[in-house]
Amino acid sequence: MKPAPFDYVRAESLDEVLDVLAAEQGEARILAGGQSLLPMLSMRLARPRVVIDVGRIRGLDAVETAKDGLVATAGLRQATLLAHPGLERTHPLLAAALPWVGHVQTRARGTICGSVAHADPSAELPLCLVALGGSVRLISKRGRRRVEARDFFTGLMSTGRREDEMIEAVSFPEAKRETGYAFREFGRRHGDFAIASVAAVVTTKTIEISVGGVDDVPARRAWPRLEGSALDDALNALAWELDARDDIHADQRLRRDLVRSLGRIAITEASQCLV
Amino acid sequence: MPRLSRDETTPVRFTLNGAPVSGRAEPRRLLSDFLRNECGATGTHVGCEHGVCGACTIRIGGTMARSCLTLAVQAEGATIETVEGLAPQPGRLSVLQEAFRRHHALQCGFCTAGILMSLDTLFLDEPDAGEVRIRDVLGGHLCRCTGYEPIVQAAIDAQSRLRSGNTDV
Ligand code: FES
Ligand code: FES
Repeated sequence: MKPAPFDYVRAESLDEVLDVLAAEQGEARILAGGQSLLPMLSMRLARPRVVIDVGRIRGLDAVETAKDGLVATAGLRQATLLAHPGLERTHPLLAAALPWVGHVQTRARGTICGSVAHADPSAELPLCLVALGGSVRLISKRGRRRVEARDFFTGLMSTGRREDEMIEAVSFPEAKRETGYAFREFGRRHGDFAIASVAAVVTTKTIEISVGGVDDVPARRAWPRLEGSALDDALNALAWELDARDDIHADQRLRRDLVRSLGRIAITEASQCLV
Repeated sequence: MPRLSRDETTPVRFTLNGAPVSGRAEPRRLLSDFLRNECGATGTHVGCEHGVCGACTIRIGGTMARSCLTLAVQAEGATIETVEGLAPQPGRLSVLQEAFRRHHALQCGFCTAGILMSLDTLFLDEPDAGEVRIRDVLGGHLCRCTGYEPIVQAAIDAQSRLRSGNTDV
């Protein structure tokens, strides 16, 4: 449970980070809050040649408001976003989901972008990003590009980030008018990884449901305003569509059951916020 | 841009409980190990080494942090506080520590250092934190002995003494 050896770069500017990323060709990992990377290093699931510490670069921990919503820059800590004034009003889904991200102690250091880069299938922030139709801004020496959240997560802990790129920021669109938001999660204990989690976004005409913890990537579906047994059928079909698996925490049956039950609860709750 | 090689040690200096400390660490050295092995500050315990159990919780720059999820080299120049810094003077316990003793909030004590650091930080940051918040913070710690209830009681007791200024222990 000790990391394998690696070189360490204490970057003083973004340019330095991008230089090292380009030179190391996939052998470098970025250290921001370290709350996902350090466990990966200690369990030796990650063995990078070099770790680039971006913690000393000034101005990386901003919350900005842009036309595509709230922009969380690379060093923004989860606790800072949770305490952001007005978050409940502008981003009710994030306000509901952030308390489920790790523990108080890990949120104090863990970053928003770090969680997105790590892309754990049971993580809450990638789920919210997909549910809200957010996007990821990537930067490299070659320039910048924007990737929609739904295209960014490509598989189990895999993303569309190229080897020389770093996540510069992620954007969470603001809550829309006449739209209800709800988040639900089931885990073994508070702060554990989600066995299943659900984000619901409901308008007078549509239901959007996103599910985390079950398949390799957050899954999003859009339906009309189904009710009663039609909604049950849709949730059941979704539960079977997802590639639920058995692991030491839960079997596939429990996961499918949670998609149905949490889905129902979250959709009901989101509909109630509508009125 | 300093680049530290994997095999070489480099000096690491920070403030530990108000006093300057220094030592040498290779990049992969965890702060928890550095505190225990280089600084001799063995009050901070190491359980899981991947952020789950909370035994290694300390304060870095005033906020709660898992020392096992921090590299020693990241701590260069930082202000760090550990359980050794809680007692106001040798032979005297802090209000929180004394409440733990009174309520039997520890048995083996393995989890205790981390829990004390989390609660101490909570009461500094949010003197009026309610029981829900206390339980939320304790949710970041595992204790295999007490069943948690005595810890909650100790925390509530300590907090009310701290608020009322009744710190005679
Ligand atoms: S040893 Fe750090 S959280 Fe368990
Ligand atoms: S007192 Fe033994 S683990 Fe908490």
